[in-house]
Amino acid sequence: MRVNGKEYPCIAKMTVRSLLESLGHDPQRVAVEKNGQIVPRARFAEEPLCDTDTLEIVQFVGGG
Amino acid sequence: MYLTQEELHAALVERHGAAIQDRLDRASVGIAGLGGLGSNIAVHLARLGVGRLVLVDFDVVDITNLNRQHYTMKDIGIPKTLALQEQLEAINPYLNYETYTERVIPANAARLFADCDAVCEAFDRADQKAMLIETLLERLPDTPIVSGSGMAGYGSANAMRTERRFGRLYVCGDGASDIADGIGLMAPRVALCAAQQATMVLRLLLGEREP
Repeated sequence: MRVNGKEYPCIAKMTVRSLLESLGHDPQRVAVEKNGQIVPRARFAEEPLCDTDTLEIVQFVGGG
Repeated sequence: MYLTQEELHAALVERHGAAIQDRLDRASVGIAGLGGLGSNIAVHLARLGVGRLVLVDFDVVDITNLNRQHYTMKDIGIPKTLALQEQLEAINPYLNYETYTERVIPANAARLFADCDAVCEAFDRADQKAMLIETLLERLPDTPIVSGSGMAGYGSANAMRTERRFGRLYVCGDGASDIADGIGLMAPRVALCAAQQATMVLRLLLGEREP
């Protein structure tokens, strides 16, 4: 699959949540789009990923 | 000196041009959070003469806000919505300022900003930024969002940029300088990020989609 424009291996039973964990992202501080659709945070743990998916992850840092 | 609506509008047209000012007159922009980013963005948009500003913040002005937020000592303890509206009316009293002194949460975000041509995310906490962007991208499918992420400290101004993500999310800042790392927020970079956000909003209102 593609994650932020780069190839990334998709392993069996991978979800948005487990991808974020493997990338070291805090799920509370990111917005995720899968194949052009926003994935609500409440669905991160169950949203399945496969080889053909395209993921965009935007991570936010604090301050304003 | 007090200017009439006609006098003030003529001055804006003289600086901006009639075609541009006409688009700004009819524009509506939302700002979620009126801290360092939001207060400075609002001042820019009021100076541009953006016709309607939807300003939302639940908080009151605190002493520790004065190092970077567009408030003064006399505002301490006053809701940011009211303190900011007073300043904006001193810049241009003829714009439509809609203020809401409440927290922006998933349940009210789409309703608050439903009629806006663009929305600025101007929160402090990273999880709140993520919450708002997720909510608005999902529930307002045509509205561009302009966010600020990474403006703490005194790193180079040249590290700050505007990136387009997800098609209609624009993220301003350096993307890295995090208050969670113990770096303080300081006026210049916060104001710079706010100006980047205001610039991107202006571009969107005038039909430019690229950063």
